[in-house]
Amino acid sequence: MKLKHISTLLGAAAVAASMLTGASASAEDKVGFVYVGPVGDHGWTYRHDLGRQAVQNALGDKVKTTFVESVKEGPDAERVIRQMAADGHKLIFTTSFGYMNPTLKVAKQFPGVKFEHATGYKRMDNVSTYSARFYEGRYVVGKIAGKMTKSNVIGYVGSFPIPEVVRGINATILAARSVNPDVVVKVAWVSTWYDPGKEGDAAKALIDQGADIILQHTDSPAPLQVAESRGVWAVGQASDMSKFAPKAQLTGIIDDWDGYYVARTKAILDGSWKSEDTWGGFNTGLVQLAPYNKAIPADVIQLAEDTRKGIEDGSINPFAGPFNKQDGSVGAAAGSALDDGTLLGMNWYVEGVEGQLPK
Amino acid sequence: MSGFDWIVPVILTVITAATPLVFAAIGELVTEKSGVLNLGVEGMMLVGAVTGFVTATVTGNYFLAVALAAVAGGFMAFLFGILTLSLMANQVATGLALTLFGVGLSALMGQEFVGEPVASLSKLNIPGISDIPIIGPIVFGQDGLVYLSFVMVALVSWFLYKTKAGLILRAVGDSHDAAHSIGYSVIGIRYMAVIFGGAMSGIGGAYLSLAYTPMWAENMTAGRGWIALALIVFATWKPGLVLVGAYMFGGITILQLHAQAAGLDLPSQVLSMLPYLATVLVLVLISKDQSRIRKHAPACIGKIFHPAA
Repeated sequence: MKLKHISTLLGAAAVAASMLTGASASAEDKVGFVYVGPVGDHGWTYRHDLGRQAVQNALGDKVKTTFVESVKEGPDAERVIRQMAADGHKLIFTTSFGYMNPTLKVAKQFPGVKFEHATGYKRMDNVSTYSARFYEGRYVVGKIAGKMTKSNVIGYVGSFPIPEVVRGINATILAARSVNPDVVVKVAWVSTWYDPGKEGDAAKALIDQGADIILQHTDSPAPLQVAESRGVWAVGQASDMSKFAPKAQLTGIIDDWDGYYVARTKAILDGSWKSEDTWGGFNTGLVQLAPYNKAIPADVIQLAEDTRKGIEDGSINPFAGPFNKQDGSVGAAAGSALDDGTLLGMNWYVEGVEGQLPK
Repeated sequence: MSGFDWIVPVILTVITAATPLVFAAIGELVTEKSGVLNLGVEGMMLVGAVTGFVTATVTGNYFLAVALAAVAGGFMAFLFGILTLSLMANQVATGLALTLFGVGLSALMGQEFVGEPVASLSKLNIPGISDIPIIGPIVFGQDGLVYLSFVMVALVSWFLYKTKAGLILRAVGDSHDAAHSIGYSVIGIRYMAVIFGGAMSGIGGAYLSLAYTPMWAENMTAGRGWIALALIVFATWKPGLVLVGAYMFGGITILQLHAQAAGLDLPSQVLSMLPYLATVLVLVLISKDQSRIRKHAPACIGKIFHPAA
């Protein structure tokens, strides 16, 4: 009860804060960003905010960017997005999967405002969607992990069991098993995108259960810190986290939204904006890799680079068959590969992932 | 993993998860016992976390870092005191404002320090003794703040129930008019209790940024201040039970992560619910005995004291 009231009040305060930022704007076109975490999380939201700054730097006084951070998914998000739209923002980026329905609801009420929803699958005339094929990065990481693991257990800190996260886990184990058939992935779900303490605890639990490489799909560098102090490997998430784990970080999957945000904002300014769906990977620069750890042997780096280039030029498809689902049924037959529709709705593990996928 | 090897790492993880909760909750307990409800724990913890982190990064002195975190938390609580005790603002609203203020202030203070790692608080490792299986690392292998958290719980318990000053503090919390009429300074005593609570929250925050996850990231408390507040109700305002509650809460959280990693076939959402379910269950059980709550809950909590009344 008490907590519920408080979160409502905090949501109201976030709305009030967005009103304040809106009130001070002048004649420039306003571009708004709604963030799920704090801009200082050093992960997901941090990278989106670098993108916002890139827009501001590239377009200078033609636009004014505003943002509201740490907006809870659900009703709070709807209030914040509606307030931004009512404030006269021309373009609003909502940067978390859970903002999908709130974004669409507000978009119906403000047909003149353009919206861009990250990682969702529902579009309207004034709602675009965009995401990155992070699984391409995870496939490269999986190859490295399969080569580097000694215990043959990869630990994976999961946020929520949505297709985006499940896809990453599956890409990892497919790649790892292609170079080392004995590898398994163990997953610990933490039910949050951002809670350094809990993310670190999950990493500890996974290491205690035998994992010697920690991957994560949560936003803070805490799991890397745990890996560093326990002397196991880890992979950075969203940004280069090597500062937190100079010895442990094998590489990192970097989200780079800068170019996309600048292009979409320019499209608003010159009137060419259309509702579309963007799902880019290595080929568009949306997904990049942090520098490889010096401890990785040269042949493994070569393998990783070959994989990355292969994905980039289209000769390698991470979800090409043959492989089985966890239950033994066929995931993709030899000579075929999963299509984007299947990937976007992925709600099953492939062989090699331990435990059951929470429904 | 074979046998019971997993027990020691699990217990070690539980201890680090519970310690910040113990600090924040035991401090707020004293505040509430004096009749003041300060909902700003989350904000005070964050300011303590960033102060401790910045001090440790700049000076490298962890003792100073923890001390300044306590001072910073205490100062936040002092601001709360001015508003609610001297200016008689509503305690609930002011506490919420204090949290929002703390979130913003700590983000501002820590701006330059996001992404800077710091060495973890050193553990008390006694060669020989810390190597004893199981007991060694658990009892003798912790950092200083873990021991301090136990000392504080014992001290608070002793102070509240075995000293005259503690009796006075509880009297102020139970009936400020009566305490005032026999000559005690209600406002002065409440100021001290509020500031003590803030200082403890500050140390709890410093534990997060120096030992639990040695880094500064915005909002890194992630709701632990609210959990600390809930723990006090869970413990029916008894210091010993605050300790039990914090370890139970930390313990179930860690165990569910281990259960998942071990491949236990239970929906993770159910496992994530467990700590809260346990809290609800205990609340239901203790609520059956109303006299228990009435005996320990401060009667004047949240009520504004007006000396003229």
